[in-house]
Amino acid sequence: MRVLLRNPNREVFVEGRRTVRALLGELNLSREGHLVIRNGELVPGDADLSDTDTIEVRPVISGGAR
Amino acid sequence: MKCRVCRGPAIIDLPRHNANFCVEHFEQLCLRQVTKAVDDFEMIEKSDRVLVAVSGGKDSLALWDLLCELGYSADGLYVGLGIGEYSERSAVFAQNFAAKRGLTLHTVSLRSEYDFDVPTAAKATGRVPCSACGMSKRHVFDQFTVDNGYDVLATGHNLDDEVAVLFGNTLRWDIDYLSRQLPVLPSRQGFPKKVKPLARLSEREMAAWCVVRGIDYIVEECPLAAGNRHLMYKEVMNLIEERSPGTKASFYLGFLENMSPVLQKRHEEGVETISPCSRCGAPTGSETSDVCAFCRLQDRASSIDPVPVELLFKKARRS
Repeated sequence: MRVLLRNPNREVFVEGRRTVRALLGELNLSREGHLVIRNGELVPGDADLSDTDTIEVRPVISGGAR
Repeated sequence: MKCRVCRGPAIIDLPRHNANFCVEHFEQLCLRQVTKAVDDFEMIEKSDRVLVAVSGGKDSLALWDLLCELGYSADGLYVGLGIGEYSERSAVFAQNFAAKRGLTLHTVSLRSEYDFDVPTAAKATGRVPCSACGMSKRHVFDQFTVDNGYDVLATGHNLDDEVAVLFGNTLRWDIDYLSRQLPVLPSRQGFPKKVKPLARLSEREMAAWCVVRGIDYIVEECPLAAGNRHLMYKEVMNLIEERSPGTKASFYLGFLENMSPVLQKRHEEGVETISPCSRCGAPTGSETSDVCAFCRLQDRASSIDPVPVELLFKKARRS
C-alpha cells in the first residue's frame, strides 16, 4: 500500500495486510501523535489496511512557544 | 471497533475515554467538551462578540468552526508573521475557511503594520524565533480585540498545549507562571478577556475534528518551531499517555481543580503594577521601562534590513 508521511512529505510502500496499530508500530510512530486516514476516511486502531489502499499518516503535534 | 453510543462503525479510538466513536458521536463529544469548558469557566456569553486568533492550523480553525456550530458570533484575525512560504500558505488556509463559510477574517501583517517580521526580529534580538513570534501575536491579538470592541479573544490552545506548558512550568517550579495558567483570563487594565475553549480537547481530537468536518488546514509544522522545548514536552507527555491513558487530562484538570486555587490566592496577594505603554498605549508591567516589550522589539527589529527566513535555516543547520 502507498503510505503518505508528513513533515516532510514523503511516500513509502508497505506490502501486506495489517492493522492501523501495526502500521504505526512498524513505522515507529506514536498513536497519540498521529491519525491514520484510509482512502480519505479517518480509521481507528484496529482497522484493516490492504495493498490497494492509499494511506495518509498525519502527525497531530504542532506549536511553537505559546 | 464500534461506536460506544450507537454501535455503528467507529472512526476513532480514544483510549483516555476507553471508548470509540462514529463521526456523529465524535462530533457530539467535541461539542460537549467545548460547552463544558465555556460554561465551567464562564468564558463566553451568547451575546458576546468573539474574536478568534486564527493561524490557518488545525486548532484555530477547529475552534472557529466549533464556536460557530454552538451558535456564537465569531470573527477571525490572522496575523501575517512573515515566515516565508509557510506564512503565505497558512494565510490561504485561513482565507479559504472563512470564504467557504461566509465568515469575517481580518488580517494584520507585521511587516506592513509594524515594519518587521519574525525572522528579522529573531536576528535582531539573537533569541529563538518563537519568543518574538509569541510576543508579537499576543500584542497584535490583544490590541485588535480592544480597539475593535470585541468582548472576548478566543485562542486555540488545546489540552496538549496546556499540559506541555504546565509540565514546563512545573519542572522549573515557576510559581508566577503557574499562578496565571488558567483557561480564562478576565479583562483588566487594558487587556482583553482571553479564553481557551479547547482546553478539554486533545490535539489528536482537534486534528480528527478537522478531518471529519472537511476542514483543510496547514499540516506542516512551522519551520522555525522544529526542535523547540514545547514540542519536546509534548512528545514526553505522549509517551506517558500511551502507557497510561488519561494522564494528560488528569494532570491539567487536576491542576485547575486542586492547585490553581491555592496559587491564585498567592497571585492576588502580589502587587502587580500595570500602566499604559508611553508609545502605543498597550498595558505593560515592565518595571524597567515605560515602553512595552513589543515596542522595544519593534525598535530593534525595524532598525535592521529584513532577514529572509531561509537564513535562519542555514544558521540552524550550522549549529
